Amino acid sequence: MSPREITTIDANEAVARIAFKVNEVIAIYPITPSSPMGEWADEWAANREANIWGSVPQVIEMQSEGGAAGAVHGALQAGALTTTFTASQGLMLMIPNMYKIAGELTAAVIHVAARSLAAQGLSIFGDHSDVMATRATGFGLLCSNSVQEAHDLALIAHAAALEARVPFIHFFDGFRTSHEVNKMELLSDADITAMIDGDLVRQHRARALSPDHPVLRGTAQNPDVYFQARETVNPFYAACPAIVQQVMDKFAKIVGRQYKLYEYYGAPDAERVIVMMGSGAEAAQETVDYLNERGEKVGLLKVRLYRPFDIPRFVEALPATTKAIAVLDRTKEPGSAGEPLYVDTITAIYEEWRHGAMPGVVGGRYGLSSKEFTPAMVKAVFDNLQGARPRNHFTVGITDDVSNTSLEVDSEFSIEADDVVRAVFYGLGADGTVGANKNSIKIIGENTNNYAQGYFVYDSKKSGSMTISHLRFGPRPIHAPYLISKANFVACHLPGFLERYDMLKDIVPGGVFLLNLPYPAEEAFARLPRIVQQQIIDKKLRVYTIDAYKVARESGMGGRINTVMQVCFFAISGVLPRDEAIAQIKYSIEKTYGKKGDEIVEMNLKAVDNTIENLFELTIPAQPVSDVPMLPPVPAEAPGFVRDVLGMMIARRGDDLPVSAMPIDGTYPTGTAQWEKRNLAQEIPVWDPQVCIQCGKCALVCPHAVIRIKAYEPAALAGAPETFKAMDAKDTEWHGLKYTIQVAPEDCTGCGICVDICPAKNKSAVNLKAINMRPQPPIREQERDNWNYFLNIPETDRRNIKISTIRQQQVQQPLFEFSGACSGCGETPYIKLITQLFGDRTIVANATGCSSIYGGNLPTTPWAHNNDGRGPAWSNSLFEDNAEFGLGMRIALDKQREYAGELLQRLSAQIGDELVSALLAADQHDEVGIYEQRQRVAALKQKLAGMQSEDGKQLLALADAFVKKDVWIIGGDGWAYDIGFGGLDHVLASGRNVNIIVLDTEVYSNTGGQMSKSTPRGAVAKFAAGGKPLGKKDLGLIAMSYGSVYVARIAMGAKDEQTLRAIIEAEAYDGPSLIIAYSHCIAHGIDMGKAMRNQKAAVETGQWLLYRYNPEREAHGENPLVLDSRPPKLPVKDYMYMENRFRMLTLSKPEVAKQLLEEAQHDVQTRWALYEYLASRDYHKNGSEH
Amino acid sequence: MTNLKTTYLGMQLRSPLVMSASPLSEHVDNIKRAEDAGIGAVVLYSLFEEQLRMERQALYHYLTHGSESYAEALTYYPQLGEFKTDSSGYLEHIRKAKEAVHIPIIASLNGTTVGNWIKFAKQIESAGADALELNEYSIPTDMNKSGAEIEETVIEVLRAVKSAVSIPVAIKLSPFYSNMAYMAKRLDSVGADGLVLFNRFYQPDIDLETLEVKPSVILSTPQALRLPMRWIAILYGRIKASLAATSGVHTAADVAKMLLVGANVTMMTAALLKNGIDHARVVEEGLRQWMTEHEYESVNQMRGAISQLNTEDPAAFERAQYMKALTHYRPDMS
Repeated sequence: MSPREITTIDANEAVARIAFKVNEVIAIYPITPSSPMGEWADEWAANREANIWGSVPQVIEMQSEGGAAGAVHGALQAGALTTTFTASQGLMLMIPNMYKIAGELTAAVIHVAARSLAAQGLSIFGDHSDVMATRATGFGLLCSNSVQEAHDLALIAHAAALEARVPFIHFFDGFRTSHEVNKMELLSDADITAMIDGDLVRQHRARALSPDHPVLRGTAQNPDVYFQARETVNPFYAACPAIVQQVMDKFAKIVGRQYKLYEYYGAPDAERVIVMMGSGAEAAQETVDYLNERGEKVGLLKVRLYRPFDIPRFVEALPATTKAIAVLDRTKEPGSAGEPLYVDTITAIYEEWRHGAMPGVVGGRYGLSSKEFTPAMVKAVFDNLQGARPRNHFTVGITDDVSNTSLEVDSEFSIEADDVVRAVFYGLGADGTVGANKNSIKIIGENTNNYAQGYFVYDSKKSGSMTISHLRFGPRPIHAPYLISKANFVACHLPGFLERYDMLKDIVPGGVFLLNLPYPAEEAFARLPRIVQQQIIDKKLRVYTIDAYKVARESGMGGRINTVMQVCFFAISGVLPRDEAIAQIKYSIEKTYGKKGDEIVEMNLKAVDNTIENLFELTIPAQPVSDVPMLPPVPAEAPGFVRDVLGMMIARRGDDLPVSAMPIDGTYPTGTAQWEKRNLAQEIPVWDPQVCIQCGKCALVCPHAVIRIKAYEPAALAGAPETFKAMDAKDTEWHGLKYTIQVAPEDCTGCGICVDICPAKNKSAVNLKAINMRPQPPIREQERDNWNYFLNIPETDRRNIKISTIRQQQVQQPLFEFSGACSGCGETPYIKLITQLFGDRTIVANATGCSSIYGGNLPTTPWAHNNDGRGPAWSNSLFEDNAEFGLGMRIALDKQREYAGELLQRLSAQIGDELVSALLAADQHDEVGIYEQRQRVAALKQKLAGMQSEDGKQLLALADAFVKKDVWIIGGDGWAYDIGFGGLDHVLASGRNVNIIVLDTEVYSNTGGQMSKSTPRGAVAKFAAGGKPLGKKDLGLIAMSYGSVYVARIAMGAKDEQTLRAIIEAEAYDGPSLIIAYSHCIAHGIDMGKAMRNQKAAVETGQWLLYRYNPEREAHGENPLVLDSRPPKLPVKDYMYMENRFRMLTLSKPEVAKQLLEEAQHDVQTRWALYEYLASRDYHKNGSEH
Repeated sequence: MTNLKTTYLGMQLRSPLVMSASPLSEHVDNIKRAEDAGIGAVVLYSLFEEQLRMERQALYHYLTHGSESYAEALTYYPQLGEFKTDSSGYLEHIRKAKEAVHIPIIASLNGTTVGNWIKFAKQIESAGADALELNEYSIPTDMNKSGAEIEETVIEVLRAVKSAVSIPVAIKLSPFYSNMAYMAKRLDSVGADGLVLFNRFYQPDIDLETLEVKPSVILSTPQALRLPMRWIAILYGRIKASLAATSGVHTAADVAKMLLVGANVTMMTAALLKNGIDHARVVEEGLRQWMTEHEYESVNQMRGAISQLNTEDPAAFERAQYMKALTHYRPDMS
């Protein structure tokens, strides 16, 4: 047999490779961190790759994980070998089907990248909460601890399931394993084929439903027999562990790697043993070796088969000498007797221990949401077992100063070997650092005898995000699933990080520090912050600098410094001989970019050649020479919670926060994003009052709410900074007022969309507008002062703002600001507009997705409040239930208003009839009405303040219910068109007064651009690699079919006044409203700074129709549907080929692209004809045509 | 029956009506239609190397833009195997066109460096093109580059391509040379098989409402005919290379004029875009009719009959004629 291929991949790919080979049907749905498994399967199927039987598996994307589980169940019932991939909430949605699949003894495997469940907050990161929630389903649970294991056990799971007729969840730690790149050996097709027994496959098929041998499966059973029938499966579960072990033994014979169900590692005569599963076991294993080498007697029991739990084998695997056991669970079950593995261990010991006195067993929690689990923590757990009364129900890895559960950990303890290169790279998302590091791992892992590992930590923000790469290279396999804390190489790829993050805290003395600095080498050291200089001197670091931006630019690479920094790493880290490394990089460039064109190869090669001569080692003086301070994470004047808690997270020291610092129920203050000054923009917009026509469009389109407008009394200018700009307000209704457009210089992301939209041109040089991009650093201080001054100018009285025109409406204060959305985001301007109009009286239900991430991801969040303390209250329930979540809010508000009204009437004698009837009959359709009602409520509260009756106290608590409250239900197309459609439909049909806005990016943006039912025909998306063959679902038309729903389709970049009008009408409509908002997206492959042009083109070509459907119009004898679009005046091609998602198909499959383009043009015509007809129907004649 | 046969670039064509490089030739169906309408040869739309390069860079940019930055979305697109961002699409088109029709297919090329002109020319030859038209489409704006240098580059490209391929090579020129006659002679001496006169450039325009510069495509008008007519008349009989008239050929009369001054072929785009490819039939019929009425038996008989060499008044094609036109011009007093 030829040697197996050695490669460096992550576990998602390693698992998908097996799953693809041994299945016929793969039902998928995106969810982090398992999405890449589905994406790989889809891509391989699109490229017509085959499974071991020579056939291409059918890969189908479903509308939810619940749907995927249903499809899996059905495919299994019809006899196909079937699998799926999921995590977290997705796995929760599969549970009902999992009971069925297991109850029917069906062979199948679900691969799970194990992830936290949303509780007090959502987390995309890894632990076993999801898997543990399925342990009653009857599925077997098989755990992998590393990339190689995930590959191997994926196959073992499939083989065992076929034989045992017990379905399996095969799981591995989300991110830590699913996304760790490690050197591993790929199983060959021959290996895989040898492991899958053809007879068992045929038996699986024979059990399938078929009209040729019909049976009935899925009966309803009654008290007489259900119980007995449920017990029939016992023999299968009893036999299952032995079968899994046999399959593992067979695997060992074929492949050479032996796995055990319960695998003991360590001293044969150990007294202290840790029991655990998952990647943490790798860290424990290395620590066990380290401790035993130093005379201790410790061991580790790795649990691979958690269900069915084999008590005899489990106990047998423990050394007879065991005296104390610590069971580590990577999950939390509040209120339980203990976490599940702990409880199972106690049961097992109690039932089966045969070696005299039973060992003591304690349990602890670790590693929730990918919390680090390090050798130091392993040692702390062993140390705990040494005490006379080891602490039970402990935590390790955090400081629990509330329940005092946490073990002390020696942060200096490290077992890293000297011959392992440990490198940490701080990069900017856009600079290609991660890609280059993955490439370095490949070079070393696949072309040398060294082993390589890479793990990448990403930012919680989407724009201007920092990436931290942790790379290890060494002569032995690397079992270190934790971040590098003793780095011997640190690279800083962005100069701005130096003053914000302590990058040298973990570097070892004598280590190497590589800096990308835009200064000559002789100036470089002096430019560093003083603390950094001191660390360099104290730790005797070798420091190298390069102006990577210059080298990249001169090599034609623009801002992508990846290749330059990669060459630097190899040149100075010594991980490979320099010449060999450079030859390898060049070879890899040819291989990676060869297909993308000669010039891309050439510019990369040029960058390689230009790097060495621009790389300099600095001479380090004996003393620090700079006064440059580190920047505080948040300004000193920030509120205490922001400064002490959120500030720690911003500074990347959130791990140091104790339990007591955290809100107990997931409740956080709003208005915190203003304190995180990210200074991302190289250039920011600068206002030119001479040219400005005061249209307000720049502020309207600004995705980050950094452009603000105020119209104010001239007196407010007294004491203004010298450079503060103001002009007379042009609006006739604002005669005598001053007008200022001010930019928040440190919050701007520099997208430039404001400049592109500005319609005013400088009369003498038309390349200048009323707002122009200018370099930020020279004006940062000045504009910071101006911004602060601007904030203190009183807001324009909302009662005096005419909201129906953008020029006035835009002076309203946004209550959604500085979000972490992508620079140039197409969604956030809509949200911001809603908060300007109605934010002070709005509750938001936000579906999971981009908007819940940029809206709710810590540390700081964009939802804000005004000076009265009012603003949107925000929450996120799930992905699938957002419409229902919002409806629940509406019903609660309505009920409270109703009850408050009842109380008011009961107490009318004490309160006074005049106030009572004014409160009950208040017209609150505009700002004046709301203002007056708030005054009445204030008066009511005064009257109620002294009342002692229960009714009085109740009413005081509910008095605010008299002021109008809006419910806004916000989500993307993945929610509205797919996973949440059923609930959305129900809410639309409820007749209740909720406002729903669908931020339609036409793909699942947050998980990386997977197709939804909103994806238009011809677009390339993940799961639609060949271009989506079918048209977009017409959600608006479906909603209109009720006749009682306000429906609008809007596109701000095409017709902003229509957008404004639709949002105002939707809010005013006393019933459900649905707004479908065209939202351009980074996933479209467009110039985000000019994306409003794409919106315009979408409308002008008829791809996106603008309309408003208002059922109230029908009562007046008018057609409820008003088309706000003109007939298509340009071919749809003119729009589609502005965007890479469509254009790339012309380059990959030109014939298909041509066909789909023709069909898309046909769609445009038929859609226009339909809507034109609908909008022209005469409702006047009969009052109604329905 | 009138004989429309002509020779161009050493090839026998059944008609002097040639479809010039335009988007019409992007579809093989159109090429077939042109053949059916009696067209003598088709020049394919140009392979613009610069455009391929930009397409590749745009694709590369957008495929990587935003990737590896955010944990939930490490990429935004499926990893597709192959993209056709090289010349393969164009070469495939040549092959398909050749399979579809019998009339000669002339490929058109615009390169950036001498090396790449050669590379693509060879590819085009291997793909089966009958001839190659070098599309010298550039607007020199470098203040530090002399006219002589620019001319030298054009000559160098032609020389290099000629030595690299064995199919006939024509070159399509702009009219903006100090001395077109000298340039034509030099190109002829390096072995140009044909001169295509002249290239028309997209001309920028100003939108007075938006105050933006708009690149506008202005299709040729019959007036555009005069410039190539003069130079074909002057060059006819003085160089070996074939002469192709392009720009402003709309009607049979235009064709007749061009043949009479010495063109081997007349190339049409605007008229076909405006009236449909079948308009070629109308032009051909008109040409035949004119020839019959004027008792011409063949295109060969017509060719160059009113060239500068053969005209009664050779100075009419030179500058004197311009002077004369001015001195005789009188406002229309009616």
